[in-house]
Amino acid sequence: MTSPDEGEFLEYVQAGGQVETHDWMPDEYRARLIKFIEMHANSELMGVLPEREWILRAPTLQRKLALTAKVQDEVGHAQLIYRVVEDLGKPREQCLADLVSGKAKFHNVFHYPTYTWGDVGVIAWLVDAAAIISQKALLKCSYAPYARIMKKICWEESFHILHGRDVILTLVNGTDSQRELVQEALNRWWTPLMHFHGNPIEAAEDPMVVWRIKSQANEEARQQFLDGYVPQIWELGLTVPDPELRKDDDGLWEYTEPDWDELRTVVTGHGPKTAERLGFRRLNLDETEWVRKTVLAEAA
Amino acid sequence: MIWEVFRQERKGQPFQHAGSVVAPEQEFARAYAHEQYGRRGESTALWVVPRGSILEVEDFVDELGRNYHRVDGYSLKEKLKEARARAGTAADR
Repeated sequence: MTSPDEGEFLEYVQAGGQVETHDWMPDEYRARLIKFIEMHANSELMGVLPEREWILRAPTLQRKLALTAKVQDEVGHAQLIYRVVEDLGKPREQCLADLVSGKAKFHNVFHYPTYTWGDVGVIAWLVDAAAIISQKALLKCSYAPYARIMKKICWEESFHILHGRDVILTLVNGTDSQRELVQEALNRWWTPLMHFHGNPIEAAEDPMVVWRIKSQANEEARQQFLDGYVPQIWELGLTVPDPELRKDDDGLWEYTEPDWDELRTVVTGHGPKTAERLGFRRLNLDETEWVRKTVLAEAA
Repeated sequence: MIWEVFRQERKGQPFQHAGSVVAPEQEFARAYAHEQYGRRGESTALWVVPRGSILEVEDFVDELGRNYHRVDGYSLKEKLKEARARAGTAADR
């Protein structure tokens, strides 16, 4: 791709063509890539905070080690993804500054509180499951450096989800009150999970799909999630807190329309834990500034 | 300074581009690449190369249409059909 022609570029990516860092790309494409990939990186970085809260409270040493390793993996993902954003033209320092000032967004699920070890299980199983569906679709992203990074990330997510399932299965095989922890957490997380893939936009009208940054429409991703995981939830004897939820004769899942205003409120920085978690990140960023300054200084 | 990371998943396989790390010098680059691309045993070896040292060559225009050194330069179907007809072996197939 060398020709600075937007129409040709669009045709190229829509035919499955992939773009490298130094190829010519339209400004709009670059801007959308930066915004999307930056939000992904922010989400990896913010996503570890709810889990981090449980490292000291993990029920066994094995769980503590697994959770710590998962947190390390997710921070690692943030590092890989910020690198992709940097190559597109936005420095990591600027991404972090925009994150802590509230200017940049991160995923809705990481704005909510955790109350019990049940929440940790539901996050590691179902929130990660929802995320894997989005991330797998990014393996076909028209921006090749991002697609390559996703290969490594999806591989790590595949054992994170097993960790989540293991936590859940252990709890449902336990005492009645352990089972109850899972059901209560599922009740709390269901709405955020239904919000996760975004409001339904027709693929043809979603600029992210048009530019082939994403390869599936929001509703398609949600249907895939419901199809894969509702049966798994049901087989454990758990109840999904939506009386309207059922699979229709055409194989599509029907569900109660989630409150899309809540999603908008949460992702624009007004979620129950947004301020506290961004505050923690801000503190952390200040405390580690000298490390970045020292380490990232060019060798003399 | 940006370093490109190439990883090999199993012995004998090709090294494929995985991503990049930012590091001021080689020892940091080694540590970051090791942590970010190998800590879970997903690689058997890494190549870590300063981005500026990579020579990129990508201009491969076939101006003379030299298809004689490619598979698509040889369409044998029609010729084979004719040869079989002449040899009287076409009906056997």
